Amino acid sequence: MAVESLGSVPRVKVAPWNDPVIRGWVFQIVVVGLVGFLAWYLVSNTIENLQRQKIASGFHYLEREAGFEIGDTMIEYSPASTYARAIWVGILNTLRVAVLGILLSTLLGTVIGVGRLSPNWLLSRICGWYVEAFRNVPLLLWLFLFYKLISEAFPGPRQAISMLWNSVFLSNRGVYFPVPMADPIHKWMGVAFLIGIAGTWMLARWGRKRQETTGQPFPIISAGLGILIGLPALVWLAGGAPHHMSWPELKGFNFTGGTVIQPEFTALLVGLVLYTSAFVAEIVRSGILALHKGQSEAAAALGLSRGQSMRLVLLPQALRVIVPPMTSQYLNITKNSSLAIAIGYPDLVASINVTINQTGQAIENILIIMAAYLSVSLSISAFMNWYNKRIALRER
Amino acid sequence: MTDAMPAGDRKPLAPPVDESGVIGWARKNLFSSWGNGITTVVLIVGVVWILNWFLEWALFTANFTASTGSECRGGGACWALIREKFRYIFFGSFPYEQHWRPLFAVIAMLAMLVLSADRRMWNWRLLVIWGVGSFITFILMFGQIHIPLSLILFVALVGGVIGLTLRSALAAPSERMAYYALIGIGAVGLVLRIVGILPKWSIAIAPLSYVETSLWGGLPVTLILATYGLAFAFPYGILLALGRRSNLPLIKGLCVGFIELIRGVPLISLLIMASVMLPLFLPSGTTIDKFLRAQVAVILFAGAYIAEVIRGGLQSLPKGQFEAADAMGLNYAQKTLLIILPQALRVVIPPLINTFIGFFKDTSLVLIIGIFDFLNTANQALVDPNWAGFPGEVYLFAAFVYFIFCYSMSRYSKYLEVELNKGTRR
Repeated sequence: MAVESLGSVPRVKVAPWNDPVIRGWVFQIVVVGLVGFLAWYLVSNTIENLQRQKIASGFHYLEREAGFEIGDTMIEYSPASTYARAIWVGILNTLRVAVLGILLSTLLGTVIGVGRLSPNWLLSRICGWYVEAFRNVPLLLWLFLFYKLISEAFPGPRQAISMLWNSVFLSNRGVYFPVPMADPIHKWMGVAFLIGIAGTWMLARWGRKRQETTGQPFPIISAGLGILIGLPALVWLAGGAPHHMSWPELKGFNFTGGTVIQPEFTALLVGLVLYTSAFVAEIVRSGILALHKGQSEAAAALGLSRGQSMRLVLLPQALRVIVPPMTSQYLNITKNSSLAIAIGYPDLVASINVTINQTGQAIENILIIMAAYLSVSLSISAFMNWYNKRIALRER
Repeated sequence: MTDAMPAGDRKPLAPPVDESGVIGWARKNLFSSWGNGITTVVLIVGVVWILNWFLEWALFTANFTASTGSECRGGGACWALIREKFRYIFFGSFPYEQHWRPLFAVIAMLAMLVLSADRRMWNWRLLVIWGVGSFITFILMFGQIHIPLSLILFVALVGGVIGLTLRSALAAPSERMAYYALIGIGAVGLVLRIVGILPKWSIAIAPLSYVETSLWGGLPVTLILATYGLAFAFPYGILLALGRRSNLPLIKGLCVGFIELIRGVPLISLLIMASVMLPLFLPSGTTIDKFLRAQVAVILFAGAYIAEVIRGGLQSLPKGQFEAADAMGLNYAQKTLLIILPQALRVVIPPLINTFIGFFKDTSLVLIIGIFDFLNTANQALVDPNWAGFPGEVYLFAAFVYFIFCYSMSRYSKYLEVELNKGTRR
């Protein structure tokens, strides 16, 4: 037969049950139908069960009085506050542990990862033992161990170990240390610090531009630190240098004044940081090992010291390999902070758990947990993806 | 600088440093420069100091024989506590005189795992090993097993479908008839059972006294949760990974949604959800065992993570493999089962073992919903007022046991990585 229209392949007639398109749709409809049926079955059971148990639904309970104590709060909270407030306290506590944990475990992990590659045999071995010891034992066990050690090995408040001329006290109630009394100047010091961050950022841009045009490096780290510390200090001096401190003092059975780092918080942070830094160390090590050997040889040939070649040549390139797996470690630290519930630190899961037990509204509370963790996870991965794109190798 | 020096003034270089022998090795690896030397000395002093303190505490002043906690006080470690409590730590509140049962269950599971580690067993033998091993394990733990009719029908249905898919092109007509018969019996039987025509009926096998799951504890619980969690999550993860790579939009959306949702939240919240919400989901009157609820949560959680590992393997396959399979005229099932999956799985075996190590550790979280796994029984051993105040000893002992398991698995994963790459290495 003559070809009637070039370019359009004549459609081969096949039976409908052999047509991949039709088969694909049938298959999808069947699977979605099954999932939908399962969902309907579960939901209808749930509704029936809720009605039978007379549990109200909806988020109105959030405005009711929570009525439970929270040991460690960053914002004003009392048992008379609402459930919403209690959950918010939990979210803030989770964020505090996560942010500090991410910073500290990145630092410690990098040091140990670089240490594992040290030419010093003993140092690399010790770093290797550290990694194996922490990676091969559950985090929860470390948390229990640190918590029990703090609460049983440290003395009670009356026999507290005092340090630094009776200003810092270690006891099984936590670490007490002096803080400056609240003063209106503190707000302005905070503003000055924010201005300092902006200034440092601008200075860094100017410094990079100068290095690109003239080849002159600019000591951005020391200058930046100077601005960040100097500006708030200047504001403090201008405000008359208020220096009234609140000192911890033993009154009755416990300390008053000063501020305290709770033992639960310490145990959680120490456990999370030590555990995660072992994984971070492995990521850093494999990132550096992934670089071609010529890079370190070239750096050595330029006369850079080991520290300089690590800081200026190897680590910046290794970052490309390091950042993606590091993102999942940061997500893990955030999720693992939920283990706080096991040692009694009031994080998000702990607050929600009490709320579920008091109100019986499991579904709404589980939704809140999921929403909170998902938004934190998504923000972390969005930030890390942005950073990853920024440092990615630009190829033409 | 030195280039300007006239040739006659050049000093002869020092002879190369001797790098052989103990002294040579130490010079190269410990004292290659001033900074290195100082680091080494500081580290040696630190290690000796810590070792000295630790050995003093754990060995020289330790008490191995005390019969109560108060006799232990004052000295170093109280290992007598472990001697007193190790049976509880390993087996929980399983009836004391029946402890041989969880012991042999643990041995059966370890044998299963060790045999699965041998590459020569990676074929149909593995299915036999797991079938027999699981049966022995559960009959030892439960004492009596009731196999419900619906389970038998379900197994018939699944077995028929799998057999038909795997051998659709190769099977002889009579074999194919057998598979169709299996599917038919399974499907019809299940429908009749759900409608209520077939009665609720089960085969009971009862050689030993019945022990309910709330009495289980210790190492067998940790091993069961981790092993069967992974065993069920593995096929589930493969399906999710294939779904995520599929070009059918609805399927892909479902799989992506499930994986991201599970991976975005902590395991604890899933466990709490399983323990609080699963009873709400089911018709009133049905109760599910707490242990089973935890197992379900672990399987769902593990499935999402395994799916991502397997997706990595699928992505690492060159496009040519898919195209070649299409060119051969294979259908989707044949392409996936015969060409794609075997290659993808080989790539991801080492990361899969690392995932397994992770799950082995993560099963410890079930203590939050009140299941007595190994960490929880260790924890409970501290509660006894006669022996209060020795957390370090118990946790070190538990850490040691976990370490042995996880470390040997990670060694095996390293060995396997080398072993599997032998073919591609030059």
